[in-house]
Amino acid sequence: MAQPTDTPLRTQEEITARVKALEAMLIEKGIMTTEAVDRLAEIYENEVGPQLGAQVVARAWTDPEFKQRLLADASAACAEMGIGGLQGEEMVVVENTDTVHNVIVCTLCSCYPWPVLGLPPNWYKAPAYRSRIVREPRKVLAEDFGFPIPDDVEVRIWDSSSELRYWVLPQRPAGTEGLGAFELAALVTRDSMIGVGPVGTP
Amino acid sequence: MNGVFDLGGTDGLGKVQTIENEPVFRAEWEKAAFAMFSNCFRAGFFGVDSFRHSIEKMDPAEYLLSNYYEHWVHVIEDRGAQKGVIDPAELDARTQFFLDNPDAPLPEREDPDLLAFVDAVVKSGAPANRPTDKEARFAVGDKVTVIADSPYGHTRRARYIRGRTGEITAAHGAAIYPDSAGNDGPEAPEHLYTVRFTAEELWGPGTAEPNNTVYFDVWEPYLTTAS
Repeated sequence: MAQPTDTPLRTQEEITARVKALEAMLIEKGIMTTEAVDRLAEIYENEVGPQLGAQVVARAWTDPEFKQRLLADASAACAEMGIGGLQGEEMVVVENTDTVHNVIVCTLCSCYPWPVLGLPPNWYKAPAYRSRIVREPRKVLAEDFGFPIPDDVEVRIWDSSSELRYWVLPQRPAGTEGLGAFELAALVTRDSMIGVGPVGTP
Repeated sequence: MNGVFDLGGTDGLGKVQTIENEPVFRAEWEKAAFAMFSNCFRAGFFGVDSFRHSIEKMDPAEYLLSNYYEHWVHVIEDRGAQKGVIDPAELDARTQFFLDNPDAPLPEREDPDLLAFVDAVVKSGAPANRPTDKEARFAVGDKVTVIADSPYGHTRRARYIRGRTGEITAAHGAAIYPDSAGNDGPEAPEHLYTVRFTAEELWGPGTAEPNNTVYFDVWEPYLTTAS
């Protein structure tokens, strides 16, 4: 049966054996441990993910002074909430408005703000998105993501070419006036913080 | 270097394939490959820039056809061999062993210091900004052109911005210069800026979608004052 990481070049069995052999050698050389693998997997499967970015967005929607600090220095503002670290040492939050829609990409590799969004989905790292989103973003958003942007809204693409890590503060949806930060965070999707999808509706 | 990894503006690569509820790691091997990055960084295999450059030097057809984390595995093999830690012939032999014996166990080793490193690096990261005595040559609002050189080796000067003119929207102080560090040179910090390009400037007025802009981070040596 086909496996998710089969490629035209190698089967999952072949990749698995190669990585296991490499891991065995690195363990013997005193560089790796299986515990370190398990710990890192635990962190990015269960502790660090888009739920953290969603908490930051919800706070920005409900606390105007925090939002100011977030837009001025995202890493410092996130640190107030205990959020930050590897691949988000210098984060920059870009705000969607009625006239501007922001989208992030890394055309040269796959840079992504791990501390707030976790590890990137495979499509973000794959050639189709990286090649096209800078050239035909309206077409990609409308046709590939089902998320058209009106012509009178400027689309800004942030190509993460340095160690700055950009991510998007989406607009607070209408009809959420009565909601608290916890309920609001549940509406914030990973894709809305990349810029390729909407936030949820209450 | 001019390579296939420099994907911005390339056509013909198909639709974006999104998957609902994709797991963070799709297979056990992806977890090990992911961990190799930080574990081997600690062992001095690479910095983040030389890590990227090792991926850039992959066979281009393999780059496009392989899984993302296979790129990372390539780096560990490439840099591990350079460091004299991974012998390619031994790796091939041991790969065959695990193909024949997929349930054979991995060696056992404990390393509390490595676990402490993992937790510390995830929490605090490895910042790339650096102090510098150099004065910034450019300021926010300046019109600048990306010098249309095609350097060999590692660079972040993507092809689609070379020779293009835009406006500086932010100045970030100095950061490690990838064109040095990524080629195993010193950190050689340079001033870093964000430049805003219009889609018309990048793709031409006959081709560009209307009302789009691209923001791209560039180091000072990439730039000249727009004429």
